[in-house]
Amino acid sequence: MKFDDEPVPGYPLPILPGHTSPGRLERVLRAGAFAVTTELDPPDSADPEDVYRRARIFDGYVDAINATDGSGANCHMSSLAVCALLTRIGYAPVMQISCRDKNRIAIQGDILGGAAMGVANMLCLSGDSVQSGDHPQAKPVFDLDCMSLLSIGRTMRDEHKFQSGRKVTFAPRVFFGAAANPFVPPFEWRADRLAKKVEAGAQFIQTQYCYDIARLKSFMQQVEDIGLLGKVFLLIGVGPLRTAKAAEWMRTNVPGIHIPDAVVKRMAGAEKPAQEGRQICIDLIQEIQEIKGVSGVHIMAFRQEDSVAEIIQKSGVLGGRIPWYPGRDSPAPAKPFEKETP
Amino acid sequence: MYSVRRWSVRHARGLEVFYAAFEQAFVRLHPLWNWIGYERLEKPVAGLEKLVKGFLFDCQMCGQCALSSTGMSCSMNCPKNIRNGPCGGVRADGNCEVKPDMKCVWVDAFAGSERMVAGKKAIRVVQIAVDRRLEGRSSWLKVARDKNAKPAAAKTLGAP
Repeated sequence: MKFDDEPVPGYPLPILPGHTSPGRLERVLRAGAFAVTTELDPPDSADPEDVYRRARIFDGYVDAINATDGSGANCHMSSLAVCALLTRIGYAPVMQISCRDKNRIAIQGDILGGAAMGVANMLCLSGDSVQSGDHPQAKPVFDLDCMSLLSIGRTMRDEHKFQSGRKVTFAPRVFFGAAANPFVPPFEWRADRLAKKVEAGAQFIQTQYCYDIARLKSFMQQVEDIGLLGKVFLLIGVGPLRTAKAAEWMRTNVPGIHIPDAVVKRMAGAEKPAQEGRQICIDLIQEIQEIKGVSGVHIMAFRQEDSVAEIIQKSGVLGGRIPWYPGRDSPAPAKPFEKETP
Repeated sequence: MYSVRRWSVRHARGLEVFYAAFEQAFVRLHPLWNWIGYERLEKPVAGLEKLVKGFLFDCQMCGQCALSSTGMSCSMNCPKNIRNGPCGGVRADGNCEVKPDMKCVWVDAFAGSERMVAGKKAIRVVQIAVDRRLEGRSSWLKVARDKNAKPAAAKTLGAP
């Protein structure tokens, strides 16, 4: 998909009527395309090239790149900085904001700063608890929660005001997102909580890993039943598993990840587990694409980021569409996808 | 106490009825509170409130009680202080990701809200950010003061 008014890299797109951001992700979603987003693992380094190298492997396959904010409560380069680096050359990042490490003064400053650096998408999260990360001795902040953060962000954008009521002279033009996890209890309330997030200001949702299509379908049914379909763009989280052992470890040790026995069994029975893991991911994406009300997928391939391109290409979800990347529209032809590793 | 806290959730309906009557009476006594002086009452009432609600709900004295909107399960007991839960880390058995031996405060909250009348709807309303200045202060006095304030002057310490 190419927009006629595609700008110089790093410059914002004109904001269309009914849109809130100058970003490409909102454009793609509102145009009705099946969107693909992924996650960049921020480096433990101060070298910008580490960020660019990690972003480049997604070129031509994703509509936006999430920059995690100390995910798993581990220390990495900040989300704001990763996003600022990415927007310099035109990438469309999703800045993740966690309530764990900053209070409302810092967060509102980051929203302004991010928007000023060209970040058009922000994902509002409560955040993992500090106990799960590499600095369990840290002070958890949690001044806000994901929903109060969403509503504060929306107030800044739509009413041009800080939470204090003080005026914002140039509002951040942001497409706000939030997370959802339909795969853990209390199942019967997950759609209701989603409704609250939408009410608080969420325009798109990226979910936790989905390995259970049946449960996703029943969640989508709940979403439809409470009249939420079409009011928010839902991107379903997926990711390749590496081995049966890793899958088993993930589902017992990482809170919020549900992997059914059948998937673990399929991994255990595979000759080439990593390849099987990617195949499972491809199968899931294809099934997810058929579900009514789903707007895209969010691929989280932690430490397997180089498999994302292959997964997207083989799943065929882009339908021949080539998402923008630096250099896409320049005379040099895009390099074709060649990688084939076991 | 954890077991009493769970009992309160199971009896959310009864507590809802009781609190509604209590609040009505407490708010009506505004002239008396005003005569004594709200600030003078702050310490003893907050102390009493902490005693009662601490016993029943493990109340953390945020000073802006939302129990009627959270199924009588105090959301400040959530390790992430989430006022609009549950988060995505709830374990398969419905327990907290941070404290594996504790039932998720929000799993309890939704269960409690189902037993309530007004609480059933109230849990679906987004709770705004906490005003940290109110920590340790009496929520009851705040309600009495807010409900008796003239609409124009309603912007007290607690209002957003």
